[in-house]
Amino acid sequence: MSGADLDDLAARLAERARPGEHLEVAVARGVSTSVKAYDGEVESFTSAESFGVGIRVLIERDGGLSQGFAHAGSFDPDVLEETLQDARDNAVFSEPDPFAGLAVPDGRIAVPQDLWRPELLATSTEAKIELALQLERATRSGHAAVKGVRSASYGDAASEVALASTAGVRASGRSTSCWLSVSCMAGNEAETHTGYGVAVGREPGALDVAEVAEEAITQAVRLIGARQVPSQRLALVLEPKLAATVLGIIGSMLCGDAVVKGRSPFADRLGQAIASPLLTLVDDPTDARSLGADAFDGEGLACRRNVLIDEGTLSGFLHNSYTARRAGTVSTASAVRSSRSLPGVGPQALAVAPGTTSYEQLLAGVDHGILVQSMAGLHSGVNTTSGDFSVGAEGLMIRNGALAEPVREVTIASTLPRLLLDLVGVGSEISWLPGGSGSAALVFGEVALSGS
Amino acid sequence: MLDPDLIRRTLELAAARGADLAELFVEDVRSSSASLDDGRVEELVSGRDRGAGIRVVVGERTGFAHTADLSAEGLAATARVAAASARGSAGGGRRVVLDGTARAHAAPVRTDPGTVGKADKVELLRRADEAARTGRAEVSQVAARYGDVRRRVLVANTDGVFVTDDLTKTSFSVSVVAKGDAGLQTGRHSVGRVAGFELFDVAAGGYDVEELARTAAARAIRKLDARPAPSGALPVVIAGGSGGVLFHEACGHGLEADLVDKGASVFAGRRGEQVASPLVTLVDDGTLVGEWGCFGIDDEGNLARRNVLIERGVLTDYLYDSQQARKAGRPGSGNGRRQSYRHLPMVRMTNTYITGGESDPADIIASTEFGVYVAQLGGGQVNTASGDFVFGMTEAYLIEGGVITEALRDGNLIGNGPAALAAIDAVGNDFSMGYPGTCGKDGQGVPVGMGTPTLRVPSLTVGGTAS
Repeated sequence: MSGADLDDLAARLAERARPGEHLEVAVARGVSTSVKAYDGEVESFTSAESFGVGIRVLIERDGGLSQGFAHAGSFDPDVLEETLQDARDNAVFSEPDPFAGLAVPDGRIAVPQDLWRPELLATSTEAKIELALQLERATRSGHAAVKGVRSASYGDAASEVALASTAGVRASGRSTSCWLSVSCMAGNEAETHTGYGVAVGREPGALDVAEVAEEAITQAVRLIGARQVPSQRLALVLEPKLAATVLGIIGSMLCGDAVVKGRSPFADRLGQAIASPLLTLVDDPTDARSLGADAFDGEGLACRRNVLIDEGTLSGFLHNSYTARRAGTVSTASAVRSSRSLPGVGPQALAVAPGTTSYEQLLAGVDHGILVQSMAGLHSGVNTTSGDFSVGAEGLMIRNGALAEPVREVTIASTLPRLLLDLVGVGSEISWLPGGSGSAALVFGEVALSGS
Repeated sequence: MLDPDLIRRTLELAAARGADLAELFVEDVRSSSASLDDGRVEELVSGRDRGAGIRVVVGERTGFAHTADLSAEGLAATARVAAASARGSAGGGRRVVLDGTARAHAAPVRTDPGTVGKADKVELLRRADEAARTGRAEVSQVAARYGDVRRRVLVANTDGVFVTDDLTKTSFSVSVVAKGDAGLQTGRHSVGRVAGFELFDVAAGGYDVEELARTAAARAIRKLDARPAPSGALPVVIAGGSGGVLFHEACGHGLEADLVDKGASVFAGRRGEQVASPLVTLVDDGTLVGEWGCFGIDDEGNLARRNVLIERGVLTDYLYDSQQARKAGRPGSGNGRRQSYRHLPMVRMTNTYITGGESDPADIIASTEFGVYVAQLGGGQVNTASGDFVFGMTEAYLIEGGVITEALRDGNLIGNGPAALAAIDAVGNDFSMGYPGTCGKDGQGVPVGMGTPTLRVPSLTVGGTAS
């Protein structure tokens, strides 16, 4: 089946709508491989082709639309038929909602994105295996303190998606991606520390084995000798990767679903200063540098640049068509989904506007702080509704502007609104991360460290 | 699920280039869910996923391929890819013998959710919504979700394993937001069992969704006055039930043989040693009927088992899948699990718990001068190599002078597995299992159960902001 066939399949299913019925069909197809290396050998090689279809049905009832959804992992005609019937049946039992509905094309022209690399599909199995083996080798032999490599892997995926609806949406796209990741252990008789390295690109040529190995080794080795330190208040420095993770949590609090349903502490703060003037936060999927770049959102609208925080002022939220209608505004083309799910709301290429200070200068300006290199329990100690933020942390103390002794078994706590206001430094170099987000290093003036 | 002759031919193709093991895993999952949010039943979702994963093991190397195409052609193509991926030397084919029919396992279900009308499922959501809000002006938002899933699997391999399993799971959760002068707070409650719609049959000991909703609402409201949690090392008393997360993280993952084998566990090489307080006996048990992590066979076709991992503080055993068991030259422990047919199996926990002790839970609290009482835990995470672990507290209180006093805001606690286990100085006689969990490892999530009686760790680091 070619890409055009995928478009046809979505369109043909959407045309099955009965009178009074609104239909949206998302179809996806992909191939993927992954190689895991261990101890100089291939541990596993996985190869797969997958299919997905998601059908959303809305029926007119009692002054609103009631919505049903069904999904399946096959294009088998019987399965497609059953999925459509399931979605219809589900629509009967949900409640009519005056704000429910499909996205209506808004006239915006999509910025074309070149996300497909034939080079990836032309890469031989042997070459993929060699990348994983090289990564394992480079990590294992990269430093005398490395005790072992838990796993080194190469993975790739090529996927095509198509979307069609009775509201006139016709959108499709295809993309390739590949990644390297490694987890290593370093230490001595008495202790073991773990480091991770990862890189993502659209084709294998974009992946740098040495860089990924180095990242993992550096993280693990610099923790050797780490101890718990006494509880104290101090500045927090985050390197770009972890900074982007924390900004991603902030991004989720600025999404329409949390806002219209009263689950975000920022819901009624539009136009107000919620962050340090140093912070400008933008979600721009048209920025080709981001791995989250795309032409269309999950409802088929053209992706666009959305400014969320402008020099500290809350300037906008992200919306899909549903949350936009509820909020009395228009979609920001921020619907995110897979064929297995209804469109949600989320950033695709969230990034901070870079500052003018280099990473070295940022560190030099911190008298008493901690550089946190990894956080644990982001899912269990961070509450985006109450704003509480408390995570396990590993990293290095910063004393008089220089990195000092390694630290483990501590927590870092504040609240998310407080962190935004406490931002005192934004680095000048943006790193783009696997999930599509980008950030520079960030410095927060004061957090609570809990230790001994 | 598939014709035995087709299964046999597929395995022979998979093993055609030589294989220590060729395995076919077929899975058929049907799910349905309904969710209510903001006073409206807004999402009804049905899912159907069916496919097969074929694994070929040659020495230390595994080839794996999966497909949603269960036709003879689809399976043959997938078997060839898996064989090529394992790169066996050509010509080592073997004849596969399977008993006439698969040995069938199935978890008992009294009321198949597939026979229950959607209107009845939706009704549960409405009742929960109303119960959470009634008489509680502070409640500003309620979300509730009902879900059921039926997972049927078939495992056949060149060693002659030929078995099926059939599990139905039903779950319900309520999340409440309360609004007060100091902002928003959240409360949550969830239940789930390997069972059918009888989960809600109150007369037969099932759950009352209104009661679940009131519990979630009360948790959110109590936290409106919560003060910031303390910061630093303190005695921590953990309530029975969901406190089992502590053991799942502090030692459960570290006892998984794949991590032990790779030197990525602080518990490597410690079998026979005292690794925990003598008060601790830790069990992983896939046979616990109805619990969230139970099954008839694991995802490699091995029978579920009850395995004692720590007995009165002494490390007695690790958890194994087939591959790790073969490496160690011992029988498996029934812990080879996978998220779906798209994934390779690996060593995973099932229902992990510590057995009951002798202390009265009230005495454990009363004998704690100053500390934290964690009534409900969130998830957790562990670095198995260093042993450092965290878990979240979603309902916690201060203990002052042996009495539970003020509510505390959410946060994480951090500790070191071996140190925390050794230090446990009180275990209660009030054992219970906790809420249904999903355990993540290397990108795969599987359902797990956890349980514990009330217990005390004399020192864990509480990740609050108050000095």
